[in-house]
Amino acid sequence: MPKIKVKRAAPSIDMTAMCDVSFILLSFFISTATARQPEALPVDTPASTVQIKVPDTNLGTITVGDGGKAFFGISDPNVRERFLERISEKFGVGFTAEEKKRFSLMDNFGVPVANLKQIIDMNSAERTRPGLQKGIPTDSVGNNPSELSVLIKEARYAYKESKDEEMRVAIKGDANEQYPAIKKIIDILQDQKLNKFSLITNLRGENY
Amino acid sequence: MAELNTGGKAQPKVDLTAMVDLAFLLITFFMLTTSLSKPHAMDVNMPDKDKENKDDNLDVADNRTLTLVLGKNNKLAWYHGLLDNPIDGPTVTGYGKEGIRPVLLEKLKQVQQSTGKGLIVVIRPSEVSTYRNLVDILDEMKIVNATQYMIGDIGSADTELLKRDGIY
Repeated sequence: MPKIKVKRAAPSIDMTAMCDVSFILLSFFISTATARQPEALPVDTPASTVQIKVPDTNLGTITVGDGGKAFFGISDPNVRERFLERISEKFGVGFTAEEKKRFSLMDNFGVPVANLKQIIDMNSAERTRPGLQKGIPTDSVGNNPSELSVLIKEARYAYKESKDEEMRVAIKGDANEQYPAIKKIIDILQDQKLNKFSLITNLRGENY
Repeated sequence: MAELNTGGKAQPKVDLTAMVDLAFLLITFFMLTTSLSKPHAMDVNMPDKDKENKDDNLDVADNRTLTLVLGKNNKLAWYHGLLDNPIDGPTVTGYGKEGIRPVLLEKLKQVQQSTGKGLIVVIRPSEVSTYRNLVDILDEMKIVNATQYMIGDIGSADTELLKRDGIY
C-alpha cells in the first residue's frame, strides 16, 4: 500500500506577540507590587463582607494570635522614632540614635519593653523567627496599667505630637483565637476611652 | 565599496521561546510575592464604659431585644425577650445564610410591626467562642442592616443555657 508521507517539520510558532504580552503583564506586576513583608506573627484573619480598605497612615495595629500573644506597631516610619523616644522616657530604657533608626524600620514588635533593645539589634530574618517574640504583656499589675495599654497611649501621644493627628486603632486577630484574648484587648482600648476601632478582615466570597 | 551579496535579505529569526519562559517565570514570582488583596477594616463602636456610675443602665423593652449567645463549634443560641421568660427561643443555630440570618430578618420585621421601633440585638460571646464567630456575627448585622446592636458581657444564666444545649 502506498503510504502517505507526512512531512515532519518542527512547527515554529511566532513567539513575538506572546513575548510582548508577557512583558506587559510583567511590567504591570512590577509597578503595582508592594512586596509582602515577612511578619513576626503571621495571623489568619477572619473573612467579612466589608468593603472598606484599611488606611495606610495614622494606624496603630494590635496583632493577636498564637494563643493570645499581642504585637503592636504603628504605620508611619517617621512617627516611630518619636514613639520610641516616648517609650524610653516612660520606661527608663535608653536607646541610641542608631537604634531609633532601626526601630523606625520595624513594622511591629511583640516583646516587653525591657527586651526591646535585643529585638532592635537583630536583623529582620532573626526577628521574624517564629516563637522568638513572646508578646507584649497585656495584664495590668496592681494599679499600673498593662504594658500594651501604656504603649498604645504613648503611640497616640507620638502621633499627636509629630503629626497633630489622631491615631486610629485596628485589631488584627487570628480567626481561631478564643474570644477572651480579644476581649482583653478591647477592654484595654475601652479603658482609654477608645470606643471606636477597626477589626481587620479579609474579603469573603460573594455567596455568603 | 565592496559589498557582500548574500542573495536577498533574509529576515533574521530569533527564537523567543526562552525569553517568553523567562517572562512568565518572573510574572509568577511577582504574583506570589505581591499582597494582592489589601485587608479590609470593619469599624466597631463600643458603648462608652463609665467606671464611676456602673449601674447607669438604660432600660429597654424586653420585646425589642434579641440576644445572641455565641458558643463553641461555631454554634450560637438566640432568644427573644428575657431568658427566664422568652417570647421566642432559646434555639441553637449556626452562622450564615442558613443559620441566624433568616431569624434576624424575621425578627427585624416582626419587632418593627409590633412595637413600631427597631430591634436591638445583644451579642454575648462566651469564653469558648472564637474571634471568627464575633466577626461573623458583626458582619451579619451589616448584612441584615440591623443598626442597633451591642456587644455585651456574658452572664452565668447564659452560660448555663449554652451548657444545657451542649455548646459550651
